[in-house]
Amino acid sequence: MDLAYTEEEEAFRARLRSWLAEVLPKLPPPPAATDWPGRRAHDAAWQRMLHDAGYAGLHWPADAGGQGATPTQHLIFLEEAERAGAPYVGANFVGLLHAGPTIAAEGTAAQRARWLPPILRGEEIWCQGFSEPDAGSDLAALRTRAVRDGDDYVVTGSKIWTSHAEVADWCELLVRTDPEAPRHRGISWLAMPMDAPGVTVRPLRTLAGSTEFAELFLDEVRIPVGNRVGAEDDGWRVTMVTLSYERGTAFVGEVVACRRLLAELARTARADGRWDDPVLRRRLGRLNAEFAALWRLTQWNVSEAQGAGGVPGAGGSVFKLRYSHARQELYDAAAEVLGGRALDADHPWVAGRLSALAYTIAAGTSQIQRNIVAERILGLPKGR
Amino acid sequence: MDFQLTADQRALRDGTRELLARRFGRDRLRAAVDAPALDRGLWRELADAGFFALRLPEADGGVGLGLPEAVLVFEEAGRALLPGPLVAGQLLAGAVDGVATGERIVALCDGATDPALWEHPADCDALIFLDGDAPAHAARAYRSAPADVARAPFASVDPLTPLARVTGPACTVPQPGLDVPRLRREAALLTAAQQLGSAARTVEMAVAYARQRTQFGAPIGSFQAVKHLCAGMLVRAELARAAVYAAAVTEDALDVVGAKLLADEAAVRNARDCLQVYGGMGFTWEADVHLHLKRAWLRAEWWGGAREAEERLADALAG
Repeated sequence: MDLAYTEEEEAFRARLRSWLAEVLPKLPPPPAATDWPGRRAHDAAWQRMLHDAGYAGLHWPADAGGQGATPTQHLIFLEEAERAGAPYVGANFVGLLHAGPTIAAEGTAAQRARWLPPILRGEEIWCQGFSEPDAGSDLAALRTRAVRDGDDYVVTGSKIWTSHAEVADWCELLVRTDPEAPRHRGISWLAMPMDAPGVTVRPLRTLAGSTEFAELFLDEVRIPVGNRVGAEDDGWRVTMVTLSYERGTAFVGEVVACRRLLAELARTARADGRWDDPVLRRRLGRLNAEFAALWRLTQWNVSEAQGAGGVPGAGGSVFKLRYSHARQELYDAAAEVLGGRALDADHPWVAGRLSALAYTIAAGTSQIQRNIVAERILGLPKGR
Repeated sequence: MDFQLTADQRALRDGTRELLARRFGRDRLRAAVDAPALDRGLWRELADAGFFALRLPEADGGVGLGLPEAVLVFEEAGRALLPGPLVAGQLLAGAVDGVATGERIVALCDGATDPALWEHPADCDALIFLDGDAPAHAARAYRSAPADVARAPFASVDPLTPLARVTGPACTVPQPGLDVPRLRREAALLTAAQQLGSAARTVEMAVAYARQRTQFGAPIGSFQAVKHLCAGMLVRAELARAAVYAAAVTEDALDVVGAKLLADEAAVRNARDCLQVYGGMGFTWEADVHLHLKRAWLRAEWWGGAREAEERLADALAG
């Protein structure tokens, strides 16, 4: 058990830190949350800077154009980027964390050459077309049909909860290619150009008032067969291979940010004369232990992945369960600190409180995560 | 950074688990419930295995290992519900003659807690009392012969841990060579390690029971209501594990406080959920679940309870 970083890791951190200090002041201020073209341009510019400095696709294998960094170096990157106030991965999330790694792992040489470099340079944005109105937690119930017609698939159906759909160039799409096969077979993975005829994007407004994601309506969209990654009907496996990457390090920066917010809550409570309230003090004290431990659990999981050749273990589900709940607790505590000001929708903590509500639902609800933990880690029997 | 057990650490953990399974299995545990006097033969065997001398330098007859290794060993003790003043044995091995070798059994009593409780009073050859009136940084340790300690009977909630209440300050002979703040910190950490072991053990017990117990024609572990209880138990144990192991590495006072808070919660809440999964059987004396719960309650009170921990963690935030 060693929490000390190696000399090499510290050198990586120092280099990164001085680069961040040099470039971040040159970055234009972030655009308004509602300005999607502006957000895309901002995220793309940041990705380009990362690329030019040799930090793009840090955790991707070198033969996919990545840096082949260790999980620990990736952890250090995310930690330092958050500390320095660097932009989040933003619109590049799906490309860098899921579609890209999937293509890197399962794509042909030609597919890798076509799609990976533009992701790393921030030139092409990807979105995810997995969930459907009737296939959420039960993703394998998806019904969007792809029928082979010559060199194309003709795709009809609808997708939902697609983040960044409005600005995406490509969609990683799960479709049913064999409706007769058992549910988990008969699914294929396609790269769909978002400007193809028959694609309609309808933004969905979240309870926070923002349009973070959209519904996709697909009406006889023609997608070349050559855009299929992996074998026909093997899309479920192709997708699951890389889904765990999404959970491995996705929240590193956020845990750092949560710890900073927690300290801010305590200072605000004290400045407002609320520090004589033992219930509030103890609530914040408990959250301090909670987030400190979540950081240690992150380091534990990253070390485990490093030992396993970069593959995150099932510990990601354990982490996500606890973290998503803790994040909601943190913002509820923020509301207690704010008192009546917690009704001001313009307060950043209130916006945070609203967006935190998605955490126990997105990327696998807490109930689905508990099933995963119970069945895959604890070995309890499948059932209802 | 490599925050995982080394091969040596895994071997130490496995070896300790085997030793305890062999020498303190379920029959011995249940016998101890009926007759909780400590088994001095077992105590010396634990000493021979390095239980107490683990961190003493090899030149002094110790094993020369560190706090992380001690934590792994105490986690196993917690799993097995091994009774006795184990924390005192580990912390006083270099300071009180005969402790490292298991020839003498010595308990620690923290005068800062109310009531000040003394575990296994009838088995002890000496009591080390930590003065609770002085400020924490200036607190000192005193040593007394058991017969000299003013005490009152105390009906322990834990059948495996007989207790007496120390009624007067046992501050007769100063015990030199002890850094009391450090002693308290390490006692809290080793106690948290035992809580972690208990929390992990009750997950296993609940899962094993849920796989085997059938109702409505199916193992109850196939029902999501039960499955989700078990998953929640694992999450608590694993978060506590990360906190306890990290505190063992950093030895930071605040890390220890946070780790104990989470380990206490994991041990108590997991025992409660295990009891729930066991259903009516969980409420019986024969099932071991109550032994985990009662010991977890006891340990949660010692070396810093939830209120004190949360206040310290809050102060550090507002600092």
